[in-house]
Amino acid sequence: MEVTREGETTTTNPTEVERKSEFELVVRRTINAPVHLVFDAWTKAELFRRWWVPKSFGLSLLSCEMDVRVGGQYRLVFPHEDSTMEFFGTYVDVTPNSRLVWTNDEGDAGKTVTTVTFEETAGKTLVILSDLYPSKEVLESGGSTAAMPEAFEQLDELLASLK
Amino acid sequence: MVQYNQSRFDASFGALSDATRRGVLEQLGREDASITALAEKFQMTLTGMKKHVGVLEKAGLVSTEKVGRVRTCRLGQLGLEEEAVWLDSYRQLWAARFDELDIVVEELKQKEKANGSY
Repeated sequence: MEVTREGETTTTNPTEVERKSEFELVVRRTINAPVHLVFDAWTKAELFRRWWVPKSFGLSLLSCEMDVRVGGQYRLVFPHEDSTMEFFGTYVDVTPNSRLVWTNDEGDAGKTVTTVTFEETAGKTLVILSDLYPSKEVLESGGSTAAMPEAFEQLDELLASLK
Repeated sequence: MVQYNQSRFDASFGALSDATRRGVLEQLGREDASITALAEKFQMTLTGMKKHVGVLEKAGLVSTEKVGRVRTCRLGQLGLEEEAVWLDSYRQLWAARFDELDIVVEELKQKEKANGSY
């Protein structure tokens, strides 16, 4: 999370993660572009699918459907072993160039709610994303799928292999 | 193996979601303590405190050792480290995503410039 002084020459902005409470993780990142372009990249499926699953993951999306309007659904399909793995949910708030809220519905034990806000200052956009996990009960039940997307498991493997 | 770490993480999150248990961890960060001493400190029954310590122990955040009639509790290093590692991998996921987002957005920027729409 820390940026070293030597790091000042790099052009990549730092990604900050904070555990806000027992149920909430917050990610902050500045993008060097005006908000309308950043918002497009979050709301147009053909753009979104290019970055949501970084190349370094070693897996690619089979399909990515996004109906970005209040009440609209999204569905991401990944190959998983011999089958597929799906992530899906509903957009709860869509405020152009400002705010996106969606639920993650594939878990049995409750919904994780993701809120993304976009704030442009001097041609740069600060993106703040918060993942709010459903409840203390869900967290305490342990091993619930809602507490964390399964994709992270694969990420863990990947990251471990990079170390 | 990964699944194991996964539920372990969920367990620590659950364990940390209770104010008393966080207080117990804080207390054990200062010094080891018996369950009796913890129960007194947090003004609850021995049974109640045993339950809390059980949750923390299951999550790997606390380890206990019974010597004679006294069960002593101390911080379990592993649990906290694993949580820090998980949080870091969460950050790395997002850093990787945002790096790719930079590329996509840069393309959009160039396209817009070429079209002269701004």
